Amino acid sequence: MIPKRSIERVGKLATGACAAVATVLVITLIFMVAQHGLATFTVDGISPSGFFFGTTWNPHQTDDAGSPLMGALPMIAGSFAVTLLSCLFVLPFAIGSAVFVVEIAPGFGRKVLQPVVELLVGIPSVVFGLIGLTVIVPWVRGWAGGTGYGVFSASLVLAVMVLPTVTSLAIDAIASVPDSYREGSYGLGCVRWQTIWNVVLRSAAPGLMTAVILGMTRAFGEALAVQMVIGNAAAMPMSLFTPATTLTSVLTMGMGNEAMGTVYNDALWSLALVLLLMSLAFILIVHLIARKGARSNG
Amino acid sequence: MQDSFASSDLSRRRFLGLAAAAGFTVLGLGLTGCASSSTSGGTASDSGADAAKQVTGSVTAVGSTALQPLVEAAAEQFMNENPGVTVTVQGGGSGQGLTQIAQGAVQIGDSDVFAESKLSAADVSKITDNKVCVVGMGPVVNKQVSISNISLADLKKIFTGQVTNWKQVGGSDQDITVINRASGSGTRATFEAAVLGSDKVPDSFKPQEQDSSGTVAKMIAETPGSISYLAFSYFDDSMKALSVDNVAPKDEAVEDNSWTIWAYEHMYTATSPDAATSAFIDYIMSDAVQGSLVQQTGYLSISGMKVSRDASGKVTKL
Amino acid sequence: MADTVAAHIKKARTQDRIATGILIATAGVICALLAAIIIYILVSGASKVFDPAFLTGKPQQFQAGGGIGPELFNSFYLLLLTLIISTPLSLGAAVFLVEYAPDNVATRTVKTAIEVLSSLPSIVVGLFGFLFFVLTLGWGFSIISGALALTMFNIPILVRVIQQALEAVPSDQRDAGLALGLTRWETTVHILIPAAIPAVVTGIILSAGRVFGEAAALIYTAGQSAPVLDFSNFNLASMSCPWNIWRPAETLAVHIWKINSEGVVPDLTAVSNGTAAVLLLCVLAFNLLARFLGRRLSKKLAAE
Repeated sequence: MIPKRSIERVGKLATGACAAVATVLVITLIFMVAQHGLATFTVDGISPSGFFFGTTWNPHQTDDAGSPLMGALPMIAGSFAVTLLSCLFVLPFAIGSAVFVVEIAPGFGRKVLQPVVELLVGIPSVVFGLIGLTVIVPWVRGWAGGTGYGVFSASLVLAVMVLPTVTSLAIDAIASVPDSYREGSYGLGCVRWQTIWNVVLRSAAPGLMTAVILGMTRAFGEALAVQMVIGNAAAMPMSLFTPATTLTSVLTMGMGNEAMGTVYNDALWSLALVLLLMSLAFILIVHLIARKGARSNG
Repeated sequence: MQDSFASSDLSRRRFLGLAAAAGFTVLGLGLTGCASSSTSGGTASDSGADAAKQVTGSVTAVGSTALQPLVEAAAEQFMNENPGVTVTVQGGGSGQGLTQIAQGAVQIGDSDVFAESKLSAADVSKITDNKVCVVGMGPVVNKQVSISNISLADLKKIFTGQVTNWKQVGGSDQDITVINRASGSGTRATFEAAVLGSDKVPDSFKPQEQDSSGTVAKMIAETPGSISYLAFSYFDDSMKALSVDNVAPKDEAVEDNSWTIWAYEHMYTATSPDAATSAFIDYIMSDAVQGSLVQQTGYLSISGMKVSRDASGKVTKL
Repeated sequence: MADTVAAHIKKARTQDRIATGILIATAGVICALLAAIIIYILVSGASKVFDPAFLTGKPQQFQAGGGIGPELFNSFYLLLLTLIISTPLSLGAAVFLVEYAPDNVATRTVKTAIEVLSSLPSIVVGLFGFLFFVLTLGWGFSIISGALALTMFNIPILVRVIQQALEAVPSDQRDAGLALGLTRWETTVHILIPAAIPAVVTGIILSAGRVFGEAAALIYTAGQSAPVLDFSNFNLASMSCPWNIWRPAETLAVHIWKINSEGVVPDLTAVSNGTAAVLLLCVLAFNLLARFLGRRLSKKLAAE
């Protein structure tokens, strides 16, 4: 009979190993992406300021000094523009639906809305991109003129893609507000809307902000769908209705074309590194919100 | 107490085990039943194989997605005739194909461009070029655009941003929407070499880009006033293919270089490839493929070419 | 005084009614939109979904009439492998974090690492998988590379869900276990994990949706080619053996992307729509199956 103490130790070791595997994978990922991404500056000699603040991305053409035209600012600006705008579109709908599901019609929410939302997570981004290409772009072209490709179309497509994530998280956030708060409010004579607006939403605010930030993280990292509707012109996103570009779309289009070890390939890895750093930044923001929320809620 | 734990433990495990086994069996049986009738070719049944072809081995081809349909179709036919060989064809892009063949990680690297344009001279010396077919490409416009011919000079002006409205080149008053290919794309390199020559694109000109030919075809069909460039195999009724300098985009024009916008499709191998790889390359260069599959996938056969072009762009008559 | 109170109450009630109306409209719009998308996909692909030649046939490279047989199998097989790898891993990690983790830097690193995993863009995971599994480890485009890349997506989902379930078990249960002389480990295995199984099922459903729909990561790890599968071949080293984990495996989502970007197949719109519809039905079927099994399981366990 194996002594219980050694089973205990094996169990602790086994679960610890599982946790360690997850951590090691993440560290390896960060290390490898950084290694290739930084090679652009350390090995190939591209200047970081030119890379991050330059506005022309045409790597196979060289400027007067002979170094390739690698300015990533259009992509960075485009990614941010698309992310912020899509979350602006999503916010009212996600919070409205979440409030409806939790406060007004929980039965309907659980039976209808939640399964439908879960189903949407399974639809591949390519399909959203195709729907965007065949439905949204012609529609935008109809009333905004131009080609129809651009930040606005991409934000609409992204908003629909991010909606399930933000809605589920918002539902969790609102549902986790203790019932005692609601009962206290009703006890004071408030009607339902006053309770929702003044009590529930206010105390769920950190959770809702987290939901939006996580939605933004998904939107920032979306590649295939955005690539089909944003037009991919390596220009700064000056207007909502002219073609723009994002980090992810340049990455998808370029990765297969460039041989490993060349400066063009390393430049793409630098873009991937920027993506990685931005997602880390988003997590940091979520942590800060959570800490502030915990402090204000006592 | 322990007994009840043990028995419930077993029954839970038994239930889970049964569920998993049942699921797996259903999956396997169902798919076997359905699919066994449909898998044709590729079955490695050596018993009835012809004694003549004794080539065995495994070949992996990686690289250009444009070439992938042709290589996959050829591989299927090849494996039918040579059951001892397994050919796996993957995509990944010309850059990946060249990288991996130079590293020796695969047997064949498919590429839309000469290796010299993407690899260092040292790497190029490690591999051998096999030009398997020719791809012609030409400018296409949305059907509503009124012109059907354009001069090379005007085409250059459009793709450097000097001309921005169709009326400046003889069409109606409509803005030109240029849809370029991605930076680093072999298609773009070929087009720019033929049309722009050594001229640079000015920084101020930033057209849309799209890398996938399928999506470009869709965009041309739907966006009024748009222009891009596609391989001949994509020409269809949803778009209009322009003639350049009154030369129509036809195979015959490519063969004698009166149509200058064309490129080879390359399959690079190691300088001394193994038997299976050589056999496969020979098969692709043979009439079985050159006379049928190549045309069916929209390419031109190498044997029909009356000129040849080297990596630096120099054209010589054959 | 009474007037202003009455007016105030009236204003509050009107506000409530307007707000409720807006909320119902919002939820209605969302439902209608989502339903429209789902119906659009199913209807446009309906002609292909019920065609057995489409469901079991192999894809054509440049001719019409291609099917999605290998891709359908690959999607399920990849899902199975991913779940086999990620479920025990996530279970172990979640148990560690809840039961055993001391409150030190190492634990905080683990927690942060899992959060980082949940926020990674899928293309970065795909590129890392390409660099590490395909190139560095030399596995090439293979099912196992794809499964490991997908595991990186699944771990945070499963860990979060299991962690919540484990933390929801009241501490009385743990104390009872200890009082009966069970070690921490035995308590975990016999009491806590059974309580967490419904959560595991929920997590599996969520991650299965992600696995079916994921294309960006799989393009770079499992590849975009599907070798012809011979189901009578059980030689695990052969490329045509369906169970061989070292072969490239194009899934349904990747197939949609591939035929649309290559654009050479004449009936690509029909094939693409059909594949999307089949994919949606698979996700639906899997959801229903998993919920059904989960309910059966928790009924069995709750009866204890």
